Amino acid sequence: MTALPASTKRKLGLVIDLDTCVGCQACATSCKEWNTGGYSAPLSDIDPYGADPHGAWLNRVHAYDVGEGATSRTVHFPRSCLHCETPACVTVCPTGASYKRAEDGIVLVNPDTCIGCKLCSWACAYGAREFDAADGVMKKCTLCVDRIYNEHLPEEDRVPACVRACPTSARHFGDLGDPDSAVSQLVKQRGGVDLLPEMGFKPVNKYLPPRPRRDATTLAAPAAPETASPSNGSVMDRFFTWADQMLSR
Amino acid sequence: MHPAYSVILFTTSSGAGFGLLAWLAFGILTSPPASSFTFYLVAFALAYTLAIGGLLCSTFHLGHPERAWRALSQWRTSWLSREGVAAIAALGIGALLALAALADVPVWLQRILAAPTLVLALATVWCTGMIYETLPTIRAWSHVLTTEVYLMLALASGALVLTTILALLGWPSPGAAWAAIVLLALSALMKAIYWNGIDAAPRTFTVGSAVGLGAGTKVRPLLEAHTEANFVMREMGYRVARKHADKLRLMVMAFAFAVPILLLVLLIAKPVLGPFAATLATISAGIGLFTERWLFFAEAQHVVTLYYGAARA
Repeated sequence: MTALPASTKRKLGLVIDLDTCVGCQACATSCKEWNTGGYSAPLSDIDPYGADPHGAWLNRVHAYDVGEGATSRTVHFPRSCLHCETPACVTVCPTGASYKRAEDGIVLVNPDTCIGCKLCSWACAYGAREFDAADGVMKKCTLCVDRIYNEHLPEEDRVPACVRACPTSARHFGDLGDPDSAVSQLVKQRGGVDLLPEMGFKPVNKYLPPRPRRDATTLAAPAAPETASPSNGSVMDRFFTWADQMLSR
Repeated sequence: MHPAYSVILFTTSSGAGFGLLAWLAFGILTSPPASSFTFYLVAFALAYTLAIGGLLCSTFHLGHPERAWRALSQWRTSWLSREGVAAIAALGIGALLALAALADVPVWLQRILAAPTLVLALATVWCTGMIYETLPTIRAWSHVLTTEVYLMLALASGALVLTTILALLGWPSPGAAWAAIVLLALSALMKAIYWNGIDAAPRTFTVGSAVGLGAGTKVRPLLEAHTEANFVMREMGYRVARKHADKLRLMVMAFAFAVPILLLVLLIAKPVLGPFAATLATISAGIGLFTERWLFFAEAQHVVTLYYGAARA
């Protein structure tokens, strides 16, 4: 059913730290590797070794130049489904293939009933859905629904593949509906934000903004040294001058 | 947005088909009984060819056309699903109306079938427009006139096809021609207001907001996320150059509206030229409406382009 659940018991999602992401693409390749054999299988590539290779990926890592002048910086930006609380991609679906799970809020596509009309990709503001040209259906992030509840996996592997692969721990997985969860606390501490909040889709995934730079380009100019009063040459005066210099180091 | 020919053909052809069906139902509801087997045969056959041909076209862009029937299930939330349900209902009751008109059953019975056919045919086109108008991700489509333009163009093209059928059968109808002229002129006016509206509307979504770094932050793409264009760029990254769009808008105004109106005036003034003028007007409007629908897609910018280099959307 494409009608949205009134509320979901949990709001499972990702918190992505733009401060520590180094743009290594490990999350994207690990996602592709897991999902081409998992729930979304196959995640097809068209003409992979030819002149025009393209294919369906569920996670794309961009890099942007942000700000201007000496304080400008590179920000690596992983982009995938945000598992919105009010996802328009679900309500526009004519077949009921797209749905939001009441138990954990994960947005999924049923590959057996999707007709591949692509309307959901038009409705998504974040480019999170890609059409699989070989499979004829839409593919999207499943939040690794086939890992997170999978008791055949060791417990430390029961997180989305992208989170498990990230070498800088820039990706965090948890219940954003629980204010006491580790991810909710992280969002609170670091001032996590929504992408395009003005669109009104209420994304569950949050992004942590980069911390301010702490180096020569951003430090405040050193305060002008206080002008020392002219020395009168006494021993005490020379001692205080020496002490001042020592303490100023 | 990528202008897919299957969707352009579908919306223009089905629009004219349902417009014609609506006019046929309207005629049966309001005119004194005038049985004409040949007219009803040609007119209903053409309406069904245009409508069903368009609907079949629309399945060409599906990944799984054989599952298209599933699209009838989600009418509670999806305008695309509602469109499918309305189309099948309109064509189903419309088929009964066609049989009733061809069999020349008593007019009260025809009218019982004509009323729901009229409503459902218009509802189908309304749903088509709402599919686009309810997408806030595409600023040019969420314009308040989007659905009204779809409806007006369907009624205008339906009236034009009806005028042409009557002219070709040797019964030139000034009434139908006048209806087509008025509707074409209204369509041109609404389209002009629509274009002015989308040109003037502020682009309020910024790349800064899209990456969560603040709406006013300066953000420029540094590295591509992938080496080749992906589905998102192919489907939603298409944008026609502004100078081409201006020329194509003029072409729409000329071919879809001005030329057909002049030819219809000629038809009214010189009924002997009717078949020639009406046929030419229909061909011209066909070219114009195809261009109009192509532009509707090609001019529309999707908000996802913010991630691929657009500063505002």
